[in-house]
Amino acid sequence: MVKKMKNKKYEEIVKKHRPDENRTTNALIAFIIGGLIGALGEILVELYIMWFHVSQAQASVFMIVTLIFLASLFTALGFFDKWVTFARCGLLIPITGFAHSMMSASLEYKTEGLVYGIGSNAFKLAGTVIVYGVVSAWTFGMIRLLIGGGAL
Amino acid sequence: MTIKFNNVYLNEVATSCGPYEKKGPLGKMFDKTYTDLYCNETSWERAEVHLLKDSMKLALKKNNLKKEDLDLVISGDLLNQISSSSYAVYDIDTPFLGIYSACSTNTEALIIGSSLISAKNIKSCMCSVSSHNMSSEKQFRNPTEYGAPKPKTATFTSTGGASAIISNTKSDIKVESGTIGKIIDLGQNNPLDMGAVMAPAAAETIYQHLMDTKRDADYYDLILTGDLGLYGKEILKEYLQKEYKIDISKNYNDCGIMLYDLKEQKEVLAGGSGPVCSPLVLYTTVLEQMKKKKIKRVLMVATGALFNPNFVFQKENILSIAHAISLEAI
Repeated sequence: MVKKMKNKKYEEIVKKHRPDENRTTNALIAFIIGGLIGALGEILVELYIMWFHVSQAQASVFMIVTLIFLASLFTALGFFDKWVTFARCGLLIPITGFAHSMMSASLEYKTEGLVYGIGSNAFKLAGTVIVYGVVSAWTFGMIRLLIGGGAL
Repeated sequence: MTIKFNNVYLNEVATSCGPYEKKGPLGKMFDKTYTDLYCNETSWERAEVHLLKDSMKLALKKNNLKKEDLDLVISGDLLNQISSSSYAVYDIDTPFLGIYSACSTNTEALIIGSSLISAKNIKSCMCSVSSHNMSSEKQFRNPTEYGAPKPKTATFTSTGGASAIISNTKSDIKVESGTIGKIIDLGQNNPLDMGAVMAPAAAETIYQHLMDTKRDADYYDLILTGDLGLYGKEILKEYLQKEYKIDISKNYNDCGIMLYDLKEQKEVLAGGSGPVCSPLVLYTTVLEQMKKKKIKRVLMVATGALFNPNFVFQKENILSIAHAISLEAI
């Protein structure tokens, strides 16, 4: 009881000195940069359809591969982490964030070798996204099958 | 618990550091600096060993000692199994005590070494610490190239190595006493706000030291904490005032803030941290001022967050500790 009181009293002092995190500015930056990435994706899709005469679905795959490649390349060149620190969720939520997390982990653990380093650590950050991505895809697919009969 | 030391002196010290510390306000005072975080090595871990070895070799050289003259090396760092220390000390080839107390390792080393000298068990001893921003990020947080956003309260692990030789040979600086701290937990569990985690440990140790020695806070010309950072510093001042009725606002500063230029070096956020943060400041600007007799008595309170990511993910609080050492210019 005494300890809880002491912790509470201390938490009040900590709270008083905790700086504000400019949430509005951060959200605005993320919104704009995220939007720009979306727009870039759309432009790429349109260009790929125009240049290679492929379907919309195929062009989307090309676009995703392009964004993954660019994010990985920029991470390897060493400046993408600074962009991410600035744009935060604007670059972390799109596919660029996923590529960035895998590339940075692979770069970090290359000193431990191919097996114990890159192989076992590449998914250190991205693993969570994959696991819960698959689980939620399965769950929502199941719901759609049971309620809507699976038809679109 | 406070131990008074007899006949223990701080001899020559040596420091080495990376590019961020070099760019800071104390940049010109370090013995060896590197512009590249790899320090001519191939991995972050090897770079840390390199920095620590540099400081050890320089400390021996500055004291005109050979490694055979040393009775003992006490060293610690942040990496698992304090491996940087082991690999660095291997070349020195002397009896070795490896210690871990997170960012308060340096004062713990000085307390242990001074006790052994004071008890006449040994004549001289080298106390060393190291940390590396990238090796710590890799071990405790995310891959170094991952741009995870951090709050303003986060601190920046400093890169470098620092070694001091203490002995019974008289010098300008006397190691007067040391206070061994207790483990403190006030319910804090945010690894990105270590200042708030460690401030109560610093407060407890400062209070204990002043009680044991029957001194007032203004007995010291300077009270230094290790790495509380911009916000932890304010928390400590208010907490000491409210909880212990001790006012340190006139003669207090924090090494984490002094090591970098917080206005210019935005990447360090709330300031420096890591075991090497406090000695990089203490062994440069503070010792210089003491030798010039601008300040006479200094209480160094190094603060350590005993942080383990697994325990924090298991919803445990982060524990903290602080050890103090009192230095006097003579």
